[in-house]
Amino acid sequence: MWLEPNETIVNKVQVLDETGKLIGSHPDVNDDELLALYKWMVQARTFDQRALKLQRQGRIGTYAPMIGQEAAQVGSAFALKKQDWIYPSYREVGACLVHGVSMENFFLYTMGHIKGGTSAQGTNVFPVQIIIGAQCLHAVGSAWASKYKDESSVSVAYIGDGGTSQGDFHEALNFAGVYKLPTVFFVQNNQWAISVPRSKQTASATIAQKAAAYGITGIQVDGNDVLAVYSTMKEALRRAREGKPVLVEAVTYRQGPHTTADDPTKYRQNGELEQWLAKDPLKRMKAFLIERGIWNEELEQVEFETANDKVTKAFEIAASTPSSKTVEVFDFVYEQKPSQLAEQQNSIQVEGVVK
Amino acid sequence: MAQMTMIQAITDALRTEMGKDPNVLVFGEDVGVNGGVFRATEGLQKEFGEDRVFDTPLAESGIGGLAVGLALQGFRPVPEIQFFGFVFEVFDSIAGQLARMRYRSGGRYTSPVTIRSPFGGGVHTPDMHADSLEGLMAQTPGVKVVIPSTPYDAKGLLISSIRDNDTVVFLEHMKLYRSFRQEVPEGEYTIPLGKADVKREGTDLTIVTYGAMVHESLKAAEELEKEGYSVEVIDLRTVSPLDLETIIPSVEKTGRAIVVQEAQKQAGVAANVVAEINDRAILSLEAPVLRVAAPDTVFPFPQAETVWLPNYKDVIETAKKVLTY
Repeated sequence: MWLEPNETIVNKVQVLDETGKLIGSHPDVNDDELLALYKWMVQARTFDQRALKLQRQGRIGTYAPMIGQEAAQVGSAFALKKQDWIYPSYREVGACLVHGVSMENFFLYTMGHIKGGTSAQGTNVFPVQIIIGAQCLHAVGSAWASKYKDESSVSVAYIGDGGTSQGDFHEALNFAGVYKLPTVFFVQNNQWAISVPRSKQTASATIAQKAAAYGITGIQVDGNDVLAVYSTMKEALRRAREGKPVLVEAVTYRQGPHTTADDPTKYRQNGELEQWLAKDPLKRMKAFLIERGIWNEELEQVEFETANDKVTKAFEIAASTPSSKTVEVFDFVYEQKPSQLAEQQNSIQVEGVVK
Repeated sequence: MAQMTMIQAITDALRTEMGKDPNVLVFGEDVGVNGGVFRATEGLQKEFGEDRVFDTPLAESGIGGLAVGLALQGFRPVPEIQFFGFVFEVFDSIAGQLARMRYRSGGRYTSPVTIRSPFGGGVHTPDMHADSLEGLMAQTPGVKVVIPSTPYDAKGLLISSIRDNDTVVFLEHMKLYRSFRQEVPEGEYTIPLGKADVKREGTDLTIVTYGAMVHESLKAAEELEKEGYSVEVIDLRTVSPLDLETIIPSVEKTGRAIVVQEAQKQAGVAANVVAEINDRAILSLEAPVLRVAAPDTVFPFPQAETVWLPNYKDVIETAKKVLTY
């Protein structure tokens, strides 16, 4: 029997339609949680937009905006337990904030401060990964450790559609399947890897169906539907905790550029952005909450103002943090400094190059 | 005391550390039931179980990435890369991830990982197995590169490497695996990383070398002694970071030095040693510091290998140039 390409039928999980109407079964989420999900999305968007502005003003360095992906990031991270681990790419501000990373931490990172490299003790978020897809394997190692230590934590690798083309993605899913590791591979298919569209990453009709080749579970979810993402991720984590790794494909859209160094109008099709703006994750959830009678324009305004103040405070803390010094770099090469390194560190101090 | 080959000493070191520290994990391709293609991990899975000694799928980058995640969670992984010629597949894990972890995380995370791997010429392997790639690793800050030349050193250095809180690339020369036996103490003992060993004392010339070339250099030193030259041979043991505290005083004493490596000549460890000597002991030198190294070609196929590899005759020839300068 020939396995013909793309015969697998993948049904996308959806709870809300594009106008915020309930179309799936109502997930097991109470009003407090519904509001919390929305408020996190507001915070993520507010941070994101401010970061973009601050970069344009030269106050912070290169930044990778996540606007448009709030539902995917917030919905997935909201389902995590404190003991679970996030292995993030560089575009995961939303997920990381929900899991406990502070806003000033992200500002420090974009400012190139050493303190931005890691989250506070007790926050299970690994440093931001730059090498595309590499974090999939780190999550696998981390999950192996949890399994060995008989802990109930799940390691979640956050990657994009471009990341699924990497060899490390394949190796990680393969390892996770073989060892039955508590891992979730959360792919935000945001349609673009810098300027290369999703259609050029893989001939698979969906990313979710790739799971089948590794003997693990796959699922596709509407990544702009925070309720669908949250309920899907909750179930994925439940399975992963039982040693059944899951590949989740959240279909979403990168409304902004790849990073602040990029102009998406060069490669985007006309009308594409507008189509996706109509599916905006915040707009959709807001409509749902208003329809439900637990939200209104006044609360909306207050929430955005609160988020704005929070971002302002975080930036002020980051901006007033004394800069990293070059001499410090020498302290983090080895546990104990070899004599040549001590000599070089000393010469930097002596020559007064210290900034 | 037991007489051991280098491969036995390596197995013994692994067994010693696994017995002592439950966080030490051994994994890689064929390291489990098969005990590794060179039998370095022979019997370990039986003794310590499949949770601590396990076969991975055939994927070097995966092996390295697994080590990153395990190290983060408090383990002390000792992965094996089956041949160091395959290191390119796992280079990101080593140079991009493990080496930078301490800095990237502001000291919160470390990478106490020891990557063991066989390398080295003279055993007629297929392509991509024998290359001396330590120079690539030595240019990576955050990684220590250790290359033993004897069974005794191999055990003590491997135990130190496993206990070290930095990433160590531990390279085992295939030709030395079973070429001779030596007395190796039972139980634990350590040899500090970053510390060279004077394998032979002398007053006329310093030979700085490591790995299989230690033995070619010692042979050359014996021949040169017959001609009246007293030659000191320093075995680096750790090629990064360099032990200048041993190298420089020796060169100041002898006034002449050569550096011998099996790797190709350009860039690399020997070039670095020459530069350090020039920086630090130029006024003590009676002659230029010369190198013995392989030609700057790709590692040749087995039929062309013997002539290509440096040997004791090359060492004698270069030593004489410096001695008679």
